[in-house]
Amino acid sequence: MSQEITFTIDGAAVKGTKGQTILQAAEEAGIYIPRLCNLKGLIPHGSCRVCTVLANGRPQPACIQPIAQDMIVENNTPELTNIRRNLIDMLFVEGNHFCMFCEKSGNCELQAMAYRLGILAPKYPFQFPVRDVDASHPDIFIDRNRCILCGRCVRASRDLDGKGCFEFVGRGSHKRIAVNAETRLSDTNMDIKDKAAEACPVGSILKKRVGFAVPVGQRKFDHQSIGSDIEAHRTSGK
Amino acid sequence: MSETKTVVQEICRSVNQDRTRMMDIITQVQGRLGCVSSEAIDLIAAQVHCKRVEVESAASFYAFLSRTPKGKVIIRLCNDVVDRMNGADAVAKAFSEELGIGFGQTTPDGKITLEYAPCIGMCDQGPAALINQEVFTYLSTDKAREIVRELKKHGDPKKITHRLGDGNNAHELVRSMVHNGIRKKGPVIFADYAKEAGLKNALAMSPVEVIREIKTARLRGRGGAGFPAGMKWEFTRGAEGAKKFVICNADEGEPGTFKDRVILTERADLAFEGMTVAGYAIGAENGILYLRGEYAYLHAFLEKILADRRKSGLLGNDILGKKGFHFDIRIQMGAGAYVCGEETSLISSCEGLRGDPKNRPPFPAQKGYLGFPTSVNNVETLCCAARIMEKGAAWFAEAGSRGTPSTKLLSISGDCTGPGVYEFPFGIKVRDLLREVGGENAQAVLVGGPSGQFIGPKDFDRIICYDDIGTGGAVVVFGPERDLIDIVHQYLEFFVEESCGYCTPCRVGNVLLKHRVEKILAGQGEPGDLDALKELGDSIKLASRCGLGQTSAHPVLTTLKNFRPVYEARVKPRADKMEATFDIHKALGPAESIAARKSVIYNH
Repeated sequence: MSQEITFTIDGAAVKGTKGQTILQAAEEAGIYIPRLCNLKGLIPHGSCRVCTVLANGRPQPACIQPIAQDMIVENNTPELTNIRRNLIDMLFVEGNHFCMFCEKSGNCELQAMAYRLGILAPKYPFQFPVRDVDASHPDIFIDRNRCILCGRCVRASRDLDGKGCFEFVGRGSHKRIAVNAETRLSDTNMDIKDKAAEACPVGSILKKRVGFAVPVGQRKFDHQSIGSDIEAHRTSGK
Repeated sequence: MSETKTVVQEICRSVNQDRTRMMDIITQVQGRLGCVSSEAIDLIAAQVHCKRVEVESAASFYAFLSRTPKGKVIIRLCNDVVDRMNGADAVAKAFSEELGIGFGQTTPDGKITLEYAPCIGMCDQGPAALINQEVFTYLSTDKAREIVRELKKHGDPKKITHRLGDGNNAHELVRSMVHNGIRKKGPVIFADYAKEAGLKNALAMSPVEVIREIKTARLRGRGGAGFPAGMKWEFTRGAEGAKKFVICNADEGEPGTFKDRVILTERADLAFEGMTVAGYAIGAENGILYLRGEYAYLHAFLEKILADRRKSGLLGNDILGKKGFHFDIRIQMGAGAYVCGEETSLISSCEGLRGDPKNRPPFPAQKGYLGFPTSVNNVETLCCAARIMEKGAAWFAEAGSRGTPSTKLLSISGDCTGPGVYEFPFGIKVRDLLREVGGENAQAVLVGGPSGQFIGPKDFDRIICYDDIGTGGAVVVFGPERDLIDIVHQYLEFFVEESCGYCTPCRVGNVLLKHRVEKILAGQGEPGDLDALKELGDSIKLASRCGLGQTSAHPVLTTLKNFRPVYEARVKPRADKMEATFDIHKALGPAESIAARKSVIYNH
């Protein structure tokens, strides 16, 4: 039997059920909490930290933290928005993100999040890392320059496709996504129809030959800001 | 069959091809084959039935494991702040010159590799180095050259002559030149005690009464976080699980801490007794001692103590005749990862995974090692627990401050005349502590290691206790000549190196913090940089996922707060309004090299 829990997000009363995370309950109530590493259907990862909220005054990732009765959640505050901007900035300068040349532009969640949070240019110095590209697979390529280490491909391949084609290797700033082979994706059993081929929020894992099927300007986030689909069905009071 | 295949099969079979024992597999493969090669990774994956990339994921995490072959001898010179204060840079130069290679390199004959290691727990006797598993302390340039000459002769670090350290450091299974450096004995850890009396008393009570006694004693975690140990045991006992585990966290990696090394050398029985008491209290039959890779020289000695305890009926079935109480302990070796001192990282590592922290909830007391309720306690905490059971909660509170009972081991190093381990009562003023250790001249004291705080003379009347300045025990003293910003930078380098890379703020933020401090060190700092450091540091602290990231900005934040004039003297507004971080000469470098001439305009 599901147990109803009432709590507040930025002062608005929200109803959820026991066992839900803050992010899930917020989403059902039509309140968008920015996130990148979280994807519906995947085990929450809690790594990008973009969904950080204050739960009863303590910073917590909304994708991990369960709701509790009378919990006070702060989400859309200047302080948290600033931290989220900093995190997005960090992800931009950590890799090599050239939106103007990237075929994911307009469908990219990192780019869309930057626009939603009002970032025009990163404030941190670019790191210009040297990273590699793997075009060995006939249908999919990996451009690690754009990888934000969210682990969505890792989880999708392991938990949804049952293949485990990807894993994190190395640590700290040397951490990267590796494939389940000596080096090449083509030596794994990755398939174009895998959920992992759809999971990447940025332009790091892309399907070949479909990049510009939809022209720039007519893409998902060209029409609406990221999260607006969730906010369209807001149920709780303002 | 190739040698790699034979060795990998043998190692995997010795742990029953259990995937969760991956740490034992990959550390042994490294030890016997000199690397965890691509071939070995494939073989291990086949043996334990997992994906090859999972093996690679774990093996690539730990500093002591490598993908490519290294020398049979690996010299790891500690480059911790305190070792460098004591002359590690000159020793580094001597090693490098005598070997004819730089750091990170192997001699052309493939025999000796030279590397740096972060704090190896020898700050009171540095500069120090690990050569394979042997520890070399009080290094000088002459000694470094002599060591290299001997190694070139026979290639065996065990054969290098040295005097033996005091106490059990001279034990036939240790034979190390490390010395204990116990400068002040207190009533709890280094006092004489009645062996196994605590365990006997505990077994005469019910587990619930044991937990009540620990709670009455108000014992808090000695590793730094200070969580009440009795509550942790109570939660673990109350959690549902077919099995329960006790883990003793002997992965002290905080730069400047070394007190657990001394406990393990001189009071290992007390720590194991505490683990056994914990096992009884929470209802666990299995304990794990997670020993940091740097302390591998103590491994055989600790195994011997465990074997002796089994023989004496202190481990195994029906311990001390108590029907139905079974408990045993295994040692899990680490392999060079500071983050594994964080309890959920430590559990990941014990499970044979990369040492990434886990998401909470669930907490280890609910779902820990292999999903079972687990209590992770510091070595010193477990020793305290055994003493509480021996002498009672009231005795435990005789020392200490009103808010924080009992004593704390402090590892003291840096600019003081008496570096070593001190058992002080909680409630001691920093000023009194400095007087006792011969560090009155201090410009700054780092309490709790770099994840703690830098304090200056205006705070020297504050006291060490959980209500004021809490600490896991590392205290580093900095004399008036030290460049604090340079020291902060070294600690940032440490955190950048040791971040697991899981979450954005810690993985990226610390790198950015380091670059900003480098800008100031290079004389290009502007007043705005100080606010930028504060804002970035606050973001890392608030948004990071585990204790490492939540404290990694402390060197910056606490020096900015307590030593702001030091920074202000190093920054100035730029008259030319140029972007200071942009170096035109560096930017032109590649083009100049292609054109084979210098830029005409910027050639000055």
